[in-house]
Amino acid sequence: MRLTFQRVVALSIKELLALLRDAASRAVLIGPPIIQLLVFGYAATFDLSHVPFVVYTQDQGQLSRDLIARFAGSPSFELLRVVHSQSALEHAIDDQAALMAMDIGPRFTSNLESGRPTHVQIILDGRDSNTAGLAIGYVQSIVSAFNASQIAEHQGLPPPAVLLDRAWFNPNLDSHWFIIPGICGILTLLESMLAAGLSVAREREMGTFDQLLVTPMGPAEILLGKALPGFLIGAAEGTLVILVAIFWFHIPFTGSFLALYLGLFCFLLATVGIGLMLSSLAKTQQQGLLGVFLFMVPAIVLSGFATPIANMPLAVQYITWLDPLRYFLIVLRASFLEGAGVSRVWPQLWPLAVIGTLSMIVAGKLFRRLY
Amino acid sequence: MNGMRLRGLMRKEAYEILRDPSSIAIAFVLPLALLLIFGYGVSLDARRIPVAEVVAHPSQLTASFLAELQHSVWFRPTVYPDRASARKALLDGQAEAILWLRSDFTRLSYRGGNAPIHLTVNGVDANQARIIQNYVNGTWLVWLQQEAARQEAPPAAAVIPDTRVWFNPSLRSRDYLIPGLIAIIMTLIGALLTALVVAREWERGTMEGIMVTPVGRTEILLGKLVPYFVMGMGGMILSTAMAVFLFDVPLRGSLLVLLGTAMLFLLTALGMGLVISVLARSQFVAAMVAIVTTFLPAFILSGFLFDIRSMPNVIQILTRAVAARYFVTMLQSIFLAGDVWPVILRNAFGMAVLCVVFLGIALLRFRKRLD
Repeated sequence: MRLTFQRVVALSIKELLALLRDAASRAVLIGPPIIQLLVFGYAATFDLSHVPFVVYTQDQGQLSRDLIARFAGSPSFELLRVVHSQSALEHAIDDQAALMAMDIGPRFTSNLESGRPTHVQIILDGRDSNTAGLAIGYVQSIVSAFNASQIAEHQGLPPPAVLLDRAWFNPNLDSHWFIIPGICGILTLLESMLAAGLSVAREREMGTFDQLLVTPMGPAEILLGKALPGFLIGAAEGTLVILVAIFWFHIPFTGSFLALYLGLFCFLLATVGIGLMLSSLAKTQQQGLLGVFLFMVPAIVLSGFATPIANMPLAVQYITWLDPLRYFLIVLRASFLEGAGVSRVWPQLWPLAVIGTLSMIVAGKLFRRLY
Repeated sequence: MNGMRLRGLMRKEAYEILRDPSSIAIAFVLPLALLLIFGYGVSLDARRIPVAEVVAHPSQLTASFLAELQHSVWFRPTVYPDRASARKALLDGQAEAILWLRSDFTRLSYRGGNAPIHLTVNGVDANQARIIQNYVNGTWLVWLQQEAARQEAPPAAAVIPDTRVWFNPSLRSRDYLIPGLIAIIMTLIGALLTALVVAREWERGTMEGIMVTPVGRTEILLGKLVPYFVMGMGGMILSTAMAVFLFDVPLRGSLLVLLGTAMLFLLTALGMGLVISVLARSQFVAAMVAIVTTFLPAFILSGFLFDIRSMPNVIQILTRAVAARYFVTMLQSIFLAGDVWPVILRNAFGMAVLCVVFLGIALLRFRKRLD
């Protein structure tokens, strides 16, 4: 047992040295995660700001000016210019100069003042449908606010009921709070998978794996010795990006670190296990890299990072059960925003542990095949 | 430059591709797998949102409001007996919002109005939460007008936003996700195919063998570029065919323009892979750099999911160095709108600049020297 321990530690040290000895590989392990978190952290947001729009108005009244001012004054939109013909409006959308165009008819003010409902045409560029869809929501809330103030002013009578909005866990609905913990999960996945995913493939390509096989180490020992460095690197990277999220981006951390680190531990077990599995199937590093990609891209897409899992078709929702990132993202968001403790994240921990254990066992079996 | 030598190098590269089928897998299996997952898996389309309703004192008034909610296609309301159980449902993810009508709702409404409707959303997914708030808001406005009509009060004059989404009227998420996804897949193909090819020769020591031959560096790089360019175009044609025939994405522009753009983009992506490969002499470093500089930037900084105009200025400038950004815009235009020349030329110019820069760096930094 002690011998096993010594061998595993020796192999792990050799693996870490192989990764960290070279200045270039040291740099690519430490630099990119922080830079990426900083860049993506600022870039990835679903909150629209300064979306350019044009206005074509045939109405001379005060109310249309009020409505335009509400849009122009909102931080989400920016008035690009007022156009004077329908064709100029179409042109602005076609050329992607503006994402949105407002077309206000000639009787806008007079209709409203005489108590008749009136239409405003809002045209959105559907090529960028994601943003267009978000913009519809912003348009609706600006128009409702306008309507509410109109009703209050003109009817004198208060409405029978008012709507009071409140959001738990993220009162200002800042989408960074949702996305940055997600990026932490993606970066941890990337680093740990790469460290583990290329390790065996590299030795096989260079022919040094045969040398490992003639040592007195058993397959289980080699497996552990290969797994430990990926685990340590993943844990270090994970900690680093979580610290940046808390101290640089000021994402509130309300939960328990114990729950988060239990989640990180089980998550790394799964990613390193899958990485080693792919790695021992690959004969060259190119195959290893391909394997990592073929796993990682769907894992990120189906994790619920940007698109809710509940929106996916049922069959695909079942596939996401195999995705370790899916569980870890829930743990991250629950422990950052929802103040979750261990008992709250437990339903996410055991599937991760199961995936991790199974993939380690399969990786062990694949290792034995290499003998 | 010598045609015979170049042909010889290309044949050598082709044998290498055929011997390790992982390159073929990158060009054809990767797009197939990713398009299937995305095409069927990712949808941003709306679905019925589970809402927990708590009504302390049911009355005719509360019933009319809840009926409005029930009729809406956006919600799947469930009645909970008290706030505690509704809160638990929100925490467990059974419900995504709580609608609470207090016991004095009806009394307040008839005595002066402004009776509060409390809406609590789970703000963790801020984007989703805002969508829910907007839907409830819309439902509330419709109900207000109906109440006014029922009580024969003068109808509240309101602005009705008439939203039209051009190019994708039903906001079918597949139609815009798939063109964007093709850009991401092509980025991956370009970088993965070439990122390792030069680094591999350094690592295995076969570069020395090439150096003692009379071939020049332009020939070496072209010999690497051309075979992978052909494979990449194969992948592009496969992806386009799947998009049009399997997923029914409209192709409103011309095929010729599409292929021309794809060629320019592929050259840029391969050029970037070559730069990575030339600068990194080990496959591990090249693989890390390829992943860090291709997939995630193409995913997050290209405007595929997140609106570039809403990003901070510094990040917006940074996105100009991401080739996928231009390609995403062009593909979305060519697929959904047609050959809109101002958009195509503007983006083609940006891409051409990047292409020249990458190929130039690859050529300048690639030397026939061992140190």
